Parts: sequence; structure tokens; C-alpha cells
Amino acid sequence: MRMRPKLQLLDKSLIERIVGEAFQLIEDPGVRVAPYVVNLLHDAGITVKDGVAHIPEVLARRLLDLAPRGFCLYDRSGKPAVRYGGDDVHFDPGSSCLNILDPETQQPRPALSGDLVRLVQVAEMLPQFAAQSTAMVCNDVPAEIGDWYRLLLVLWYSEKPIVTGAFSAASLHTLIDLLGIEGGGRAALRQHPRAIFDVCPSPPLNWSEFASQNLVDLARAGVPAEIVSMPLAGATAPVTLAGAVTQHAAECISGITIHQLAQPGSPIVWGGAPAIFDMRSGKTPMGAIETAMLDVACAEVGKFLGLPTHAYMVAGDGRVIDAQVEMESGMSTVLGALAGINMISGAGMLDFLACHSIEKLVIDAEAIASAQRLIEGIDARSDSLAVAMFAQTGLSGDFLKLKETRSLFRKEQHFPSAVIDRGLPTMNSNGDEPGILQRARQRVEELLSAYERHPLPPEREQELITFALREAKASGLEGLPEILRAEYAHESGLL
Amino acid sequence: MARELMPDDNFSAMRQSIIDGAPDTASSLAQQAVSAGVAPIDAINHGYVPGMHDVGEQFAKGQMYLPDMMASAEAMRAAMAVLDPELKKLGAERPMSGVVVLGTTKGDIHEIGKILVGTMLTAHGFRVHDLGVDVAGEKFAAKVQELHADIVGVSALLTTTMRNQKGVVDAIEKAGLRPRVKIMVGGAPVTRRWAEEIGADGYAKDAMSAVALARQLMEQKTPAVVEAV
Repeated sequence: MRMRPKLQLLDKSLIERIVGEAFQLIEDPGVRVAPYVVNLLHDAGITVKDGVAHIPEVLARRLLDLAPRGFCLYDRSGKPAVRYGGDDVHFDPGSSCLNILDPETQQPRPALSGDLVRLVQVAEMLPQFAAQSTAMVCNDVPAEIGDWYRLLLVLWYSEKPIVTGAFSAASLHTLIDLLGIEGGGRAALRQHPRAIFDVCPSPPLNWSEFASQNLVDLARAGVPAEIVSMPLAGATAPVTLAGAVTQHAAECISGITIHQLAQPGSPIVWGGAPAIFDMRSGKTPMGAIETAMLDVACAEVGKFLGLPTHAYMVAGDGRVIDAQVEMESGMSTVLGALAGINMISGAGMLDFLACHSIEKLVIDAEAIASAQRLIEGIDARSDSLAVAMFAQTGLSGDFLKLKETRSLFRKEQHFPSAVIDRGLPTMNSNGDEPGILQRARQRVEELLSAYERHPLPPEREQELITFALREAKASGLEGLPEILRAEYAHESGLL
Repeated sequence: MARELMPDDNFSAMRQSIIDGAPDTASSLAQQAVSAGVAPIDAINHGYVPGMHDVGEQFAKGQMYLPDMMASAEAMRAAMAVLDPELKKLGAERPMSGVVVLGTTKGDIHEIGKILVGTMLTAHGFRVHDLGVDVAGEKFAAKVQELHADIVGVSALLTTTMRNQKGVVDAIEKAGLRPRVKIMVGGAPVTRRWAEEIGADGYAKDAMSAVALARQLMEQKTPAVVEAV
């Protein structure tokens, strides 16, 4: 049996201390909660005083046990495509970014709906991404519909599962409605969820009105929730990595408590975007090794409790695509994969999560493919490791001719795309050797050319568009940016 | 009238108490100065403010870190808690560079950066009114109106709450105050481009550059606007 390579940063006794202190924290000093959940907590016997819930360990442990150990997200066709739980590892692009590195100028500018569509189409073509994300905030649509409009574009152009989130308590229901329409109704959505929603507590130990309400409403809708706890070590969390991991655990446990009280058994993920707080710049470097250590350690605690896991990795902090950004992104990709984190978000992002880049996304995809190869580990493949092959070649060194070589090299070696320079001829028409950025740009164009949109069944497409047009119009938006009228008008009878 | 400065007025110790981030020492030296008849304004200008200057410079050079700055800010506050009432008793005030309203944006409860900015601005002669954390745009606007503030400083630590900085700009615009107040933004996820995008007047990456920016913004305020205020 092949060994699965694994990274472990915490020993059992330290994990037990972390969990023990996390349970202490949710009882005293407790967790700030919003009025929306006070009755729910009261009814379960939790004391809530001055907006602070004091959650007893016994109750929290019982509710943790009710949370599912694993569940699936499904693609558009209804096939399970992402499995949360165990050591399965999946990647999706980073989400909710305000800016994009312009493909031409490589300068940051506000992201537009056309940028999101290009990113979705590229991610759709890359098998490294098991899921899409609502990756950008589209600055060309009104802010009040920004969250569901992103989801509409992803639903329109992708068949993969989606990592998403709402920007307000009220808009969550519009997003769920969209998913319901696309998936054939609320009951179907509950049975075969296509999307998971990120829900963020505010550090330290604060479930805001918006976050509390999202937790409860998602649980009741049966739509998976992913807690994205983001302690910033040294600023909004203890400076020690162990202390920040403990706070993360307390935020996750308290969130799961609220969530499971609302609907026992509803799917939820132990996730996060922890980071260190840089004591010189005041920034929160996603590419710092300590940030990756926090991610790995937080996931270890989640696994210890038997829960599905998530982390924010594969992001770099430099402002352009350069050696720093890719060094940081590559390192955290490998660490996340070795940690067996179920969903790793962040590919494509740079500049402290302030900027997305489609070119970076295709470079990150190469790091992801390498990490995926790494965790496949080393397989003996046959009874004889080398002796049988030497029996054929002797000392001639002529292994290239062996049938074993031909039959096994594709299993043994991962072949990167032309983004990675493996010494193949790459000269462009000018006779120049293209650098990584040029190779990435070329790859993006190739993927976009090969992309083909697969329409939804006509009746669902019509319903989706009718719903979106109505909601958009209510916000003063005429038409649906980046959804070509020709693509929907025929089916919806809107021509 | 305050007596002339004497070599043993402990100014270097005051300065050092700020650099060391020692609030108890800073406070005790301030009390000693008051008892000894040292003019509060001299203690501030010759003792504590030079300490904050040193701290700012060392921070800019990467020789001091944010926790050191926080401790220095705490020491400065401890000294001012003693000296400010004494100044008031004397009917004196420090020459004022401008009035600043500071706060962390709606939905955000973080204030480390904001406290540092407030401390550095105070040390450099600005009168700072700190609204605290989780502050709605309308509250900023109301305080600007009340204090005839020159500058509004809006902080945000999280990408999710950074978006609410625009709400502050909008609220000030809506209240008709935009022509007479400058708006500066900052915080870990904030960039110069974001500041431009939301219509703020400037972005400062740290507390020291916030002082430079605030001075620059004061210079930009036209005399007509200043008179109107």
C-alpha cells in the first residue's frame, strides 16, 4: 500500500491543549453574538449576557458530534465532484477580490464582470481546480447586487461546484434562490448542493449580525457553510501561533454550535484565513511561512475533531507576478496539500489578497498539479523495484527502451503545461524566449479559445434569466452584463 | 508664568520614557515636572514629543516594531493625561495643526493602527477626536460638523470592512461637508488606488506617513475653505 505523504505540525498533546483552551474561551470570556441568535442559544440553555454567549463545553462537544464528518459538493450534472472530509485535497481560486492585474498592463485596476467571466472560463478548463469561486467583486454592477451577480455569472459559465458567500444577511436568500433555480429546486439543492458559503466571524470571538444570520439561515436551508475564521496573530489574536490556532478553534467551535443548534446535521466546514500580523508594516502576509503554518495547524485541529477542513493558501503578497509571489504561492500550495486540507482557496491572488490575476491562476495551477503529484506519493508499481529492469538492461543504462518505461512513465511523471519551462522549444515568432508572464498569457489565451459554454436546460435557463433580470432591474441595472442577450434571449422568449 | 528651562528638567528622561514605552515612568515624570513648576508645554515639546519623533524615525528605519510603537503611544497618553489638565488650568493650549476626526469603519472593531495614527497626530500638534471602532459614516459626518474638523481619518483592518470606507465618504458628501473636510484612509488591506477609487483625499500606509499626509492635506485646504469653517 502506497504511503500518503503528510505534514504534521502539532503533536497530540498540543492539539488537546488547544482544544481544551478553545472550550475554555467559548465559556469565558465567551463569544460575542448577534441578537438574531440569542433566543436560539437561550433555548439551548446557553447564557447570553450583554451580547456575549457563554457556551458550556459539554453542549459544544455534543453539537460538534452532530456535524457531518464529510459531505459532497456536486457539479451541474449532479455528480459528486468535491468530497469534504478525510484527507481529500481540492483547490479553488481565491474569492471576492476587488482588483485584478490588467492582462495587458499588469497594473491593478478594479475588477469588472468581464474579468470574472474570463477567470471562470480559464478555471473551468483547468482540472487542478475542482471548484470555482465567486472570485471577484464586479465593479461594473451595482454594489447591492454584487454578490448574487457574481454567482449568476459563475452558474452561467461553469459546471463545477462553487465556493461563494453573501455580502449581507438579506442577499443570502437571493443567492440560495439562484442556486435553487439552477439546481431544480430547493429540495434538490439540499440533496445535491452545488455551492458552499463562506461565513466569517470577526476576530476575536465575534459572530456579527450578518455572520450569525448567515450561519443560521444556511443551516436551515441545508446549504453547506464554511467557517472562515481569520485570527491575525499579534493583532486580533494572540501573537503565538499556538495561541492564534486556539482562538481559531474557539471561533470555529462557537460557529458550529450556533449552526448545529439551528439545524443539527447540516454540513459545515472547519475553515479559515488566519495570518500573522507583520509587526513592521501592519499588513497580513498570506505568503509568510508562519501564515501557512497557522493554516496547517488549524486544519490539524479540525481533523482531530473529525471535521471537514478548509484554508486560504496559494496566495502571494508581491504586487506583480514575480519570483516572490510565486515562491510564496508554491510553498503554501505544497504545505496545504501535504496537510490534507479538503478545500484550499486562494489561487490567483496576490498583494495581500487585494488583487487577482488570471495569469497567476494558470501559474498556480502548475504548482497545484505538482502538489497533487507529490501527495500521490511513491508507488513500488511492481514486485521488483529495479532488479527486474536491470535484468533486462544489465549495465548498459538503456532504460528508455524498456516496455516498463513506456508503460509507467505517465504514471510516474507529471507533465506540466508550457507555462513551465522544461527545455522544450518555446521561441515565439520574434525569436525571443518568452518569460513566465508571456507563457502564462499564452496559456490563458489557449484555454479561453478552447472553452465552450454548456447551456443549462432551456426551462432552467429561462427561469434563471427571468429571475436575474427582475432582481437587476429592481437595482436599476438594465440587462445583464457579460451574459450575451443572444445566449438567453431565444430560450427565455425575451427577444 | 513658567520659569526658564533648566538643564535638570528631566527632558531626556521623559524622551527616554517614550522610547522605552514606559507609561508609569512617563506619568511619574510628568507629575514631577508639574510639581517642580516646569511649564507643561515645555515638558511636552522638549520631553515627550521628541521621544515620539525618535520612535517614529526608528520605526521608519525598521529598528522599532508595531508593539514598540503601541507601548510608546501608551506612554505618551499617560504623560498627556497628567499634562493636558495642567495646560487647561493655565488657559494655555498647544499650537494646533488641525482638527482630526478618527475612527474605524462600520463592522470593524480593530483599532491598533488608528490608535497609533491618533497618537502620532497628537504628538505633532493635531487635535484628535477618536470615535472608536465600528463607526457608521453618519457618525463621522456628525462629528465633523460638530467640531468643524479639518480632516477625517478612516481605518479598516479587514478586506470585508474596507468597503465601508466608501460609506464614510458618501455620508460626508451627503451631509454637504465634503468641500471643507479632507478624508484620509488607511489599514492593512487599503491601497492608494482604493483611496482614489472611493474618492478619499489620501492614503497613509502607517502612522508616520499619516502625519505627513495630514500636514499635506492641511496645506491643500484653501484659505477660503478654512475661513468658511
